[in-house]
Amino acid sequence: MLNGVGRDIPNEIYGIGGLRPYEKTICSQRNDMNGMSVYKKNPGRKKVAASIQEAIKAAGLRDGMTISFHHHFRNGDYVVNMVMEAIAAMGIKDIVIFPSSLSDIHSPLIGHIKNGVVKRIETSGLRGAMAHAVSDGLMDIPVVINSHGGRARAIASGEMQIDVAFLGVPSCDPCGNANGYSLENSAASECGSLGYAKVDAQYAKKVVLITDNLVGYPNVPFGIPESQVDYIVVVDSIGDPKGIASGATRYTNNPKDLLIAKCAADVIAASGYFNDGFSLQTGSGGASLAVTRFLREKMLERNIKAGFALGGITSQIVELHEEGLIGKLLDVQSFDLRAVQSLKNNRFHYQIDAEYYASPDNEGCAAHQLDVVVLSALEIDLDFNVNVITGSDGVIMGASGGHSDTAAGASAAIIVAPLVRGRMPTVLEKVNTVITPGHTVDVLVTDQGIAVNPIRQDLLYNLKSSGLPVYSIEELKEKAEKVVGRPEPILWEDKIVGLVKYRDGSAIDFIRQVKRSKEYERRY
Amino acid sequence: MGRLRRTMLYVPGNNPGMIRDAHIYGSDSIMLDLEDSISIKEKDAARMLVYQSLKTLDYGNTEVIVRVNGLNSPFGRDDFEAIARAKPDGIRLPKTETPEEVQEADELITQIERQSGLEQGTIKLIAAVESALGVINAFRIATASKRLIGIAIGAEDFVTDMRTSRSADGIELLAARGQVLLAARAAGIDALDTVFSDINDEEGFTREVKLIKQMGFDGKSIINPRQIDIVHRVFTPTNEEVGKASRIMEAIREAEKKGLGVISLEGKMIDKPIVERAGRVLELYDAAAKNYALRGDRHA
Repeated sequence: MLNGVGRDIPNEIYGIGGLRPYEKTICSQRNDMNGMSVYKKNPGRKKVAASIQEAIKAAGLRDGMTISFHHHFRNGDYVVNMVMEAIAAMGIKDIVIFPSSLSDIHSPLIGHIKNGVVKRIETSGLRGAMAHAVSDGLMDIPVVINSHGGRARAIASGEMQIDVAFLGVPSCDPCGNANGYSLENSAASECGSLGYAKVDAQYAKKVVLITDNLVGYPNVPFGIPESQVDYIVVVDSIGDPKGIASGATRYTNNPKDLLIAKCAADVIAASGYFNDGFSLQTGSGGASLAVTRFLREKMLERNIKAGFALGGITSQIVELHEEGLIGKLLDVQSFDLRAVQSLKNNRFHYQIDAEYYASPDNEGCAAHQLDVVVLSALEIDLDFNVNVITGSDGVIMGASGGHSDTAAGASAAIIVAPLVRGRMPTVLEKVNTVITPGHTVDVLVTDQGIAVNPIRQDLLYNLKSSGLPVYSIEELKEKAEKVVGRPEPILWEDKIVGLVKYRDGSAIDFIRQVKRSKEYERRY
Repeated sequence: MGRLRRTMLYVPGNNPGMIRDAHIYGSDSIMLDLEDSISIKEKDAARMLVYQSLKTLDYGNTEVIVRVNGLNSPFGRDDFEAIARAKPDGIRLPKTETPEEVQEADELITQIERQSGLEQGTIKLIAAVESALGVINAFRIATASKRLIGIAIGAEDFVTDMRTSRSADGIELLAARGQVLLAARAAGIDALDTVFSDINDEEGFTREVKLIKQMGFDGKSIINPRQIDIVHRVFTPTNEEVGKASRIMEAIREAEKKGLGVISLEGKMIDKPIVERAGRVLELYDAAAKNYALRGDRHA
């Protein structure tokens, strides 16, 4: 059946069950909350377990159960691999793993999938060897791709039940009060906000915290309260600080990124939303990060201050906050150590969870309060649908993240991307995979011009009257094709390797196995 | 007054990505280089790449110049044969020392224009002087061909020739810059300043741009898009200057209407040079106002 973005979605997928096709609405309907698990409280019981295996046993993990992880340690994470090794050693099979996202470092999962320890994966994204293996048909059941808000919604609504959450925490006391940092000592693996983990801790049937920094009771402030925690395991190290966070995300020197960023800042200033008290979110890509720098100049020039900034918080956003240009920071994920420091020290830098951040069931979620969001794209099509998950070769390489959540929530969703990458155009007739539906995307900013979604005549008028170089998206596509031509279509196998869910849980697209040429097979 | 040449962005002629995007940063001119940025082994490949790019890509209103190898080098003649047939706006001659070199280039282009059915004089020339001899001959070079639209100074080779090196205040270039400027003005063509190679030293760069603007140069060669905004900012007149220039032009129009010969504004006499300066101020201001990245190919 054809869904709301014209994708032919199967009625059912083996191992996942019936699918509800995505419908063209910004979802805000409230599902029934009966599935919500109850708070766990174990007064008087010692929570610290001697080893991960002991905690797994105590939590009652069995074949076929669902476990979850967070991705606040990014590519420095040791927790997923440690826990999966223990589960494999215990002979437990057919596990569904449900992390908020996965990185390059998680490639040992390939072995666990082949050995039958892991049956199914739901995640925001996949990268590296694991992503390649999945795109080459590694798994019998497709990987489900969720947005951050969609994942939180699925957990809170009971649609996805987590049997055991294994959450790495940079500081924790013996009762389970935990946080992404510590005010008492300098946690080696500090990551700042535990926004994604907080949802798992709240709703999972059993919660196991894994830490390398057991501090005295009470560990305040805490991001996860003891009332949600069942077991604690202390290990030597939960992550590699170098992979978790760098000192400060640096501004790009790439002239093209700077050009795009400058243009995006001009678009924001002309959008009609650039007023005192406005709110914003920027992504972590080179161009979207640099937008803050150009926006800062405009804020000073026009004496405009932002009310709040949301999302992944970066050093750039922190600088503006400390300069008094952004009132409050709502932090679901801290991108660098500067952001971690700010979360520790700044009164109005506040840790939020993913449900509060972007769940569509949470009608007042922060993402829906946004005026402006700046997001990147791998591909965008004539209907403004955006792909951030599969590369130009069709292989999974990215993550859904908060892309579709903030695009749906923000009054102006601005996509920044170079018009051409290498030999590939960014604007296509149809994107290869839809993550964010076009009717929630408002403006595309490239290095060679701007396109406004025709459903936003108001924005089109504002930008044109400001003298910005506005084209139709068809014109931008032509511009790109004039230089690099039309790419050959990607060849796919029949097998579905990934299912993309929209934030309301509906199926918006799927990803097929990539067809490899004989040449490719010989070489790799 | 002709087109503005505040910024001329160097682009190595062997880098397809940079050639493809050279015009998007909003410099007044781009200069695709076949000379010093291309190693001897890559001369042929770069020549073909630049030729095909000129034939294929649409650079909008940006002026496109190609820096060829000198005619006294083994590559110069082949460069002219290929590049002139691809019809760039102009060709830049490196290391020019005598007017004869310019005349030789002129004749070669004339020949090619004739062969390929182009109107005579379509392709312009810029001569760069990069040695003591070149600087001494600056005026004779600047007047050697009708195709010449500008004379440029190349500092790196020049300071080597002068047995010195570049300094922060540029004292070693003062005489040469002055000579090149005088030659350009006497010949009625543009004077273009040399590159500043430390792209991270924004302060030093700004200082140098202010200096050459005050001296009277029309613009500067640049090596990174990040330098464009700085040059354009320095070359953008202040509101005060613009206000005054507008008042002068207004007074001129008034006087013409009334048939007055002598014009005065705010108690001062307005003569021809003042009007000319005011015209240039307004022109620079207009250019700055539309100085958006995609200048020139804006959607109506």
